[in-house]
Amino acid sequence: MSKLTDAFKNQKAFIPFVAANDPDFEGTVNNVVALAKGGADIVELGIPFSDPIADGPVIQAADLRALKADPDLPMDTIFDMVKEIHQQTDVPLAFLTYLNIVFQYGYDAFTARCEELGIYGLVIPDMPLEERDELEPIAAKHHVDLIPLVTPISGDRIEKIAAAATGFIYVVSSLGVTGERSEFANGLADLVNRIRKVTDVPTAIGFGIHTPEQATEMAQIADGAIVGSACVNIVAEYGRQAPAKLTDYTKQMKAAVNAHPVR
Amino acid sequence: MTELNLKLNKNTSGRYGEYGGQYIPETLMNELDRMTKAYEHYKNDPEFKTELHDLLVDYANRPSLLYYAERMTKDLGGAQIYLKREDLNHTGAHKINNVIGQALLAKHMGKTRLIAETGAGQHGVATATIAAYFGMECEIFMGKKDTDRQRLNVYRMELLGAKVHPVTSGSMVLKDAINAALQDWTKRVDDTFYLMGSATGPHPYPLMVRDFQSVISQESKVQLKEKTGKLPDMVVACVGGGSNAIGSFANYIDDPSVQLVGAEAAGKGVETELTAATVERGSDGIFHGMKSMFLQNKTGQINPVYSISAGLDYPGVGPEHAYLAKTGRAQYVGITDDEAVDAFEYIAKTEGIVAAIESCHAVAYVRKIAPKMRKDQIIVCTLSGRGDKDVASIAKYRGVDIDE
Ligand SMILES: Cc1ncc(COP(=O)(O)O)c(C=O)c1O
Repeated sequence: MSKLTDAFKNQKAFIPFVAANDPDFEGTVNNVVALAKGGADIVELGIPFSDPIADGPVIQAADLRALKADPDLPMDTIFDMVKEIHQQTDVPLAFLTYLNIVFQYGYDAFTARCEELGIYGLVIPDMPLEERDELEPIAAKHHVDLIPLVTPISGDRIEKIAAAATGFIYVVSSLGVTGERSEFANGLADLVNRIRKVTDVPTAIGFGIHTPEQATEMAQIADGAIVGSACVNIVAEYGRQAPAKLTDYTKQMKAAVNAHPVR
Repeated sequence: MTELNLKLNKNTSGRYGEYGGQYIPETLMNELDRMTKAYEHYKNDPEFKTELHDLLVDYANRPSLLYYAERMTKDLGGAQIYLKREDLNHTGAHKINNVIGQALLAKHMGKTRLIAETGAGQHGVATATIAAYFGMECEIFMGKKDTDRQRLNVYRMELLGAKVHPVTSGSMVLKDAINAALQDWTKRVDDTFYLMGSATGPHPYPLMVRDFQSVISQESKVQLKEKTGKLPDMVVACVGGGSNAIGSFANYIDDPSVQLVGAEAAGKGVETELTAATVERGSDGIFHGMKSMFLQNKTGQINPVYSISAGLDYPGVGPEHAYLAKTGRAQYVGITDDEAVDAFEYIAKTEGIVAAIESCHAVAYVRKIAPKMRKDQIIVCTLSGRGDKDVASIAKYRGVDIDE
């Protein structure tokens, strides 16, 4: 079974995100290890892209910081970070990136490296269902899941996307880009139910979650919660001191996704 | 003028060889699908076609002239040069052809709000114009660097009733404006139509923009036949994203005797870092919804680009151009800032035409190639826009201080 699917077994999953090379090589390793220490079930590591069209200002800024620190930032440097991370923790990792980064490295070479280093999934916001076929068979050969996104306006596409999914399904909480929010789209529960009619692949809700209360609420609906901008904000604010804060925050959020709602 | 043939392109798959596609977030997929279906429907709809025709004729001032540039021809001493005068259209550029088509589609789809990106402001002005005409809400995304250096066009858009958003993310230029416009669209797809300014982006944009711009070559083919009884030997147009060029080429692609040449902005030189010559310097990649050619680094980060011409300052090219380049059907040549500015002055002095600096990239290539061709050969060169907007920056380039 997929290592990512495994992470949802018997519990709700908490999936935090940080951007690679923000602030630097060592900082990335420490941040991911800290998230794992706090109890993260999967860590999403963002590969910075010059033009992250699905990301809001917070993650955009993280990408820019990362690329400013190293304008070339070769993929091999990021693979080295992963190697280093996995010497300290065996938390399952997934990459979040844009398709061009994977395309330039070569689909086969990229997913082969992922397999070798324990990257079990790829979240690629600019690769919708219709464009999956060029990568999916190659990724499958290397046991790398392509994590699809489903949105509140996916409509008839929900079942088709769910049917093709492996690993987990990323349920986008609301329209627009990543970033903290105070409100989510109506009908998320219906959306998740439609997915569950088609597949056993677990669902995690992301985009905008930052407080424990929100995490609890979302984990009542889906099988897990993904938190990006809030973690990136901690990294931006605390720099070298971020790891301790990230561990605390993760502990709190991990408890929240498995808590019963106080209503 | 006969009605525009929107079915020139028999391939409606959105793929040009391996190029094209829809590499775009899931949030936009249903909307792109609706747009694709609506376009496939309306391009066969007699009422839509009549409306489009009437707007092109009565509002945009089509057909545009095909003008025999006798003085240039004599001076260069080779091929006969004809200029396709898109600079004489309403709003002063080819951009109006595309915005009329897309806005009309938006109207038929029941949309009430148009959004668009713009670099120098030409596409923004054209979009604001058609929004005013249709009484639609209009918001334009423009890099902060561009709003600062193109204040006149910002004011012009506002005058036409549009709201202009200066984009402060990334490098604050055209590509960032496209990112911001796409992001805005993901937040609000219900009533909003994203009016893409070039033959770029996810399907159906490259197809639609090509069809709407193909009016350029549909007319030029007939006009040249009337004047000379012949096909041109060469068609030359400048290439930013590639809309005026693909429109200039479209009706000649199946005529193998017609050589197709796209003039790219080489900036300080094709070999330098300060360039926007995508086909010559770029490589295959995936960005802004399409697989095509881009200026990028080895990892796949999109490079900052440079050209004196804001309209050609884009790190990619439309997917059909990537295909025409790969198959060798069209050639792409880099023209430097210096060559373009020389051409700007040359065509002003020889023909009395102040053409857009973008268009002058095409003119610069004509200056190089015409003398090497025979006198019985014919070049059709598209003047994509008029150059009033560029006068101040050319003066500055020449070190002349003028009060704006
Ligand atoms: C006058 C003019 N020509 C050409 C272009 C380049 O666009 P395209 O390559 O889509 O024709 C622009 C873009 O702003 C323009 O304003």
